[in-house]
Amino acid sequence: MTFNTMVLLIAQGFMKSFLIFCLTLLGSLPLGLLVAFGRMSAFKPLRWLVKIYISIMRGTPLMLQLMVVFYGPSLLLNMKISTDWRFWAAIVAFVINYAAYFAEIYRAGIESIPAGQYEAASVLGYTKRQTFFRIVLPQVIKRILPPVTNEVITLVKDTSLASVIALTEMFTWAERISVSQGTLMPFVIAAVFYYVFNYIVAFGMERIEKALDYYR
Amino acid sequence: MKILEINGCSKQFGSMEVLKGVSISVMAGEVLAIIGPSGSGKSTLLRCATLLETMDGGDLVYLGKYAARADRDGRSVYASPAELRRMRSRFGMVFQNFNLFPHYSVLRNIIDAPVSVQKRSKAEALESAGALLKKMGLEDKADAYPYQLSGGQQQRVAIARALAMKPDILFFDEPTSALDPELTGEILKVIRQLAEENMTMVIVTHEMAFARDVSDHIVFMDDGVIVEEGGPEIVSNPTRERTKLFLERFRQ
Repeated sequence: MTFNTMVLLIAQGFMKSFLIFCLTLLGSLPLGLLVAFGRMSAFKPLRWLVKIYISIMRGTPLMLQLMVVFYGPSLLLNMKISTDWRFWAAIVAFVINYAAYFAEIYRAGIESIPAGQYEAASVLGYTKRQTFFRIVLPQVIKRILPPVTNEVITLVKDTSLASVIALTEMFTWAERISVSQGTLMPFVIAAVFYYVFNYIVAFGMERIEKALDYYR
Repeated sequence: MKILEINGCSKQFGSMEVLKGVSISVMAGEVLAIIGPSGSGKSTLLRCATLLETMDGGDLVYLGKYAARADRDGRSVYASPAELRRMRSRFGMVFQNFNLFPHYSVLRNIIDAPVSVQKRSKAEALESAGALLKKMGLEDKADAYPYQLSGGQQQRVAIARALAMKPDILFFDEPTSALDPELTGEILKVIRQLAEENMTMVIVTHEMAFARDVSDHIVFMDDGVIVEEGGPEIVSNPTRERTKLFLERFRQ
């Protein structure tokens, strides 16, 4: 196999990794906000349920969660598995795992907004909804950007865990080619892809941080 | 015309009785100053009046309309949330720590609530904001962000923000306590100017000389009750022992 063929195959795998990355963020960033609300709910049973969910997501390996989500329906529930379930199982596992982490970041951000902001909004007659979306959330986003960047960068690398359920993303390709060709080169190529992509992610997040630098 | 009336306001935090049946009333154009030691309940009274705290007992009345009314046992029963929201546009509040919205420019801080809460037109809100900024001597700061301003300037923006809602009454919760003595003067000047324009105001303050100069009526509170009240002269000639003691300690 030529070097160029290797790069081509791995680039194909990268497209799938990239898709996992995008869909995971698309699902987990908003879901995390809902989870954060549940975590801060005045309704105790909901608060506890969400707490247990977050605790399990953070306390067990993502690799294990991928296995459970992928094999669970057929082994536990005797459901018939369609061919594209492999892909969607990975998305579901990534989304519910990352939502738990994002929820805790959101919660910390929301709780860091001074009570005076809520009081000023209340006296000015803002509704709860307006207070959250106009006053609180914009300030929360600025504050949580650094920890969110951390998570996003981790996610780029975590997409490789999908290889455990034989999803043909970049890492799976690299592994297969490496075994069949008896060379480490595919891993080097994959590493370059991960690194460059993360470099771009970090650069983009830094730009967003700079854009929000207009106030303190 | 009576703008605000509070009858027998009581408030407890846990087992701590912070307010033990306090009554005040404020007529249109009147300036009421509330003085007293820390922990006397004056800020809590202001927070009850502005619906930031709920009273346990007593009435809260704005322009003859009950925001809260004592039932037969004296417990406060509040009006519906929709009605309370309407009442919020009757009053404005200036906080000790300004509480400006840091992500909004000075101008946006002033026009956002009139536009998004009171649904006034943006053009009209901008026009009145311009006039308010001019009045506060901040014409050139419209596009600045709060962190770029001094404490005194921030507090003047906060006053403009409250005035932009065209309130019938304005509350000040120790408006100069977070400021250097140097900057205190500029805020007191603004409040004095508002008093001259017959703005109805309730001011919780530690500035005794200012309270005497600017107010029509002074209430001295201690330990959750009104110990003494009267004209501005009570700052110079208090009759009650407790008031004398407080003012003496203050002069030292």
